[in-house]
Amino acid sequence: MATLKDFRVSEKATWCPGCGHFTVLAALQAASANLGIEPYNMVLVSGIGCSGKISQHFGSYGFHSLHGRTLPVATGVQLNNHDLVVVAAGGDGDGYGIGIGHFMHALRRNIDMTYIVMDNHIYGLTTGQTSPTSHRGFKSKTSPAGSAEEPVRPVQTAIINGASFVAQAFSGDVKQMTRIMEEAIRHKGFSLINAFSPCVTFNKVNTYDWFKENIYNLDEIIDYDPTDKFAALRVLEDHGSVVTGVIYQEERPVYHEAMIGATKDPTVKLDLTLQAEEIEAIKNSLR
Amino acid sequence: MKKGVNNLKDLKWKVGGAQGEGIDSTGEIFAITLNRMGYYLFAYRHFMSLIKGGHTNYKVRIASQPVHYHGDDLDILLAFDQRTIDENFHELKDGSILIYDSSKLKEAKIPDQGKKVNVCPIPIYDIAQQLGNSIMKNMVAAGASCAAVGLEPSVFHEVIEGIFQKKGENIINANKEAIKKGYDYYKENFNFKLELPEKTGKPNKNLFMTGNEGIGLGALTAGCRFLAAYPITPATEIMYNALAHFPRFGGKIIQAEDEIAACLMAIGGNYAGVRSMTSTSGPGLSLMMEALGLAGISETPLVIVDVQRGGPATGLPTKTEQSDLNEMIYGSHGEIPRIVITPTTAEEAFYYIQHAFNLAEKYQCPVIVGTDMFMGMSKKSISDLDFGKIKINRDEIISDEELQKIEKGMFKRYNLETKTGISPRSIPGQKNGRYVALGNEHEETGYEIEDPETRVKMMDKRMRKLKHFDPSEIGIYFSGEDQFDILLIGFGSTFAQIDEAYQELKEKGEKVAHLQVKVVYPFPRKIVGEQIQKAAKVFVVDHNATGQLRQLIQKEVGYHEKLTSILKYDGNPFSVREIVNGVLGKGVNA
Ligand SMILES: Cc1ncc(C[n+]2csc(CCOP(=O)(O)OP(=O)(O)O)c2C)c(N)n1
Ligand code: SF4
Repeated sequence: MATLKDFRVSEKATWCPGCGHFTVLAALQAASANLGIEPYNMVLVSGIGCSGKISQHFGSYGFHSLHGRTLPVATGVQLNNHDLVVVAAGGDGDGYGIGIGHFMHALRRNIDMTYIVMDNHIYGLTTGQTSPTSHRGFKSKTSPAGSAEEPVRPVQTAIINGASFVAQAFSGDVKQMTRIMEEAIRHKGFSLINAFSPCVTFNKVNTYDWFKENIYNLDEIIDYDPTDKFAALRVLEDHGSVVTGVIYQEERPVYHEAMIGATKDPTVKLDLTLQAEEIEAIKNSLR
Repeated sequence: MKKGVNNLKDLKWKVGGAQGEGIDSTGEIFAITLNRMGYYLFAYRHFMSLIKGGHTNYKVRIASQPVHYHGDDLDILLAFDQRTIDENFHELKDGSILIYDSSKLKEAKIPDQGKKVNVCPIPIYDIAQQLGNSIMKNMVAAGASCAAVGLEPSVFHEVIEGIFQKKGENIINANKEAIKKGYDYYKENFNFKLELPEKTGKPNKNLFMTGNEGIGLGALTAGCRFLAAYPITPATEIMYNALAHFPRFGGKIIQAEDEIAACLMAIGGNYAGVRSMTSTSGPGLSLMMEALGLAGISETPLVIVDVQRGGPATGLPTKTEQSDLNEMIYGSHGEIPRIVITPTTAEEAFYYIQHAFNLAEKYQCPVIVGTDMFMGMSKKSISDLDFGKIKINRDEIISDEELQKIEKGMFKRYNLETKTGISPRSIPGQKNGRYVALGNEHEETGYEIEDPETRVKMMDKRMRKLKHFDPSEIGIYFSGEDQFDILLIGFGSTFAQIDEAYQELKEKGEKVAHLQVKVVYPFPRKIVGEQIQKAAKVFVVDHNATGQLRQLIQKEVGYHEKLTSILKYDGNPFSVREIVNGVLGKGVNA
């Protein structure tokens, strides 16, 4: 059986010391090992940004794709081999800026995958511009007078539009993050984990301390019911969306079982030969 | 009957009217019936980018042998409105027949173009109405057409029974009655008819298929089991065809949120080990350009079908053109190896898509199949399709046994050492085959790099892959004697009209040859160069405004002084006359 070691690669991660993305990587490695996944049966698709580098640092098959395009690539992988564990990972700029269209549709379809967004409220790799999750008034190189825009609310969006598992985690709490990842991967359907993952180099506002001060941790709420959609939205509203834990979960049909042509065996394992009578039937349809 | 019409080698029939009025179904009923009887047909649909109110027509050319083009002129025009007469009368020739619906069009205005046309007013709508439903006017029209070409109305019965099987005996009988009524009316009131050419095919044998259907079925046979696409005319029918046939074989179809996603999903599918493709037209192809580069650098197989239409932007969405050639060949940022294939007919689309999948997997690069609306949406009779001729060759996937021999974590997905530049890939799920497919420049195991040395090596490796690919092995069409003065060159669907122009020029005594390029990139430089060398004058038939194929030939083989463009970009397919006139120096529109 695979161990934690199997999810590690020899290459050292190149993130700035203290970057929240290290925790995300460590948590994903621990969660995968804990779940007994074989690394060759797992695919990690990432986008572009500091966050996107995660696929290279993780011991499974990977695809480091394009900025904002993780979800369609991951969808293509998942629909053609649903025996694989498919994880998509990217940043807030990646997923909620350029890629927000794909985000809406992947969750609507309930593709059976886990989507981890490393949310640092800023663009890291392009050296510190305002991101779609930056708060109003946020000052950066591209918003010197403070951002005039409302932030995107990814978690609320996911809940309203049909994600079947929605959680938030924080890089300052690797234990909780690992547990959430395990639950998300185990969940059948589209799982969003919005991971607060501070950028220590460019974001001087939303720091570890800021998150610690503002986080409302659902694990400490004894009677929180994650199947109650309105309660989920209310708790997010009440706490400025800075809530960690499993916020919402529901069971609903997954896309690869409902889509046209759905098969029990994954597509990649199907026999490709057409029988003579099938060919004749096709020809007849053209006469 | 007019003298001479007996000798017709073909007969051209057209039905036209307002869009949304069942013109297509009238054309289909007539065409399917004749196809089943054993005639060879080519059916061309003309329509506009609006649902109701525009003008639409459906033209069928009926011949004794396979034809790939609907013909320049017309023998029978069946008009449901004045606009059909206004827009199509010029195609009619001496001795032809104009049938029009006199129910609403009491007095049709017939243009005088100095030719003898037999005008036959028939109250088509009223007859259908009397039978209980005006919707049956297409059956009345089919019946009248049948009388005009000397067939018995019973030829339609089998088709009618097929169409209305589920609706029951009463509906079937009513439709048969409508056909009979149209037939009788024509017989009783008019005494001229045109004869059909000799019928040479066996009944119920010929297939009747569009280029889009050829693509869909060819892909299925070639092992494609995943289509991700976004609707766009004239490519959407590929989705319909896949929906009709893929699911029985575990094939999956997804209507993506846009073309960006469609192309990336196809990349994901190929990465996961399933032959996957996307189909689109011009504007969609533009959206796929970023992903195209990703497939190139990550060395992931990818098949894109571009059914070209009139551009740029949304240009002429329901008209045909071949103006995406440059984009297919040069599109996307950076430099990647790619292959661009341009089949010439619907059946060739069926056969050629196998090359697209085999090449995409062999060279691990994008393969674009360029067709166009003229081929994609026109239907033609095909004597047979040989499914056995389609081969699935996936040999650049590394075996589990070979992977076992490699030390764990050491699989060099992007191995630089291979002579051909092709490094076998593994599929997720294969033990020991772990790697990261990368859009960033990378070293051999798939880790991002920026050092100049590795960059150059990796770039060279990718570019080396196609050095061993000889495009002329897959296809180039040449017809002509060893010696000739005039060479006609085209790519893709213009094959049909160039072929007929070539025959006509030969009959006129010209020493002419015809070369049709079927793989435009990498360009079959050698063969094209050799043939151009022999010619005194070369006419490059380009269905675009700037002569994209001519420019490509100039770049690849030279001979600038010999090359003349014959261009068309009004949205309609080339006519044979335009090509002949172009060659004879009369100007395309002479
Ligand atoms: C089409 C395209 N536009 C822009 C870029 C430049 N780009 C690279 S990373 C990035 C932002 C990354 O920010 P985020 O997704 O928040 O990830 P982080 O670096 O903060 O982890 C941008 C805009 C690109 N690679 N591709
Ligand atoms: S720039 Fe920010 S996000 Fe990027 S590695 Fe450094 S700390 Fe992390």
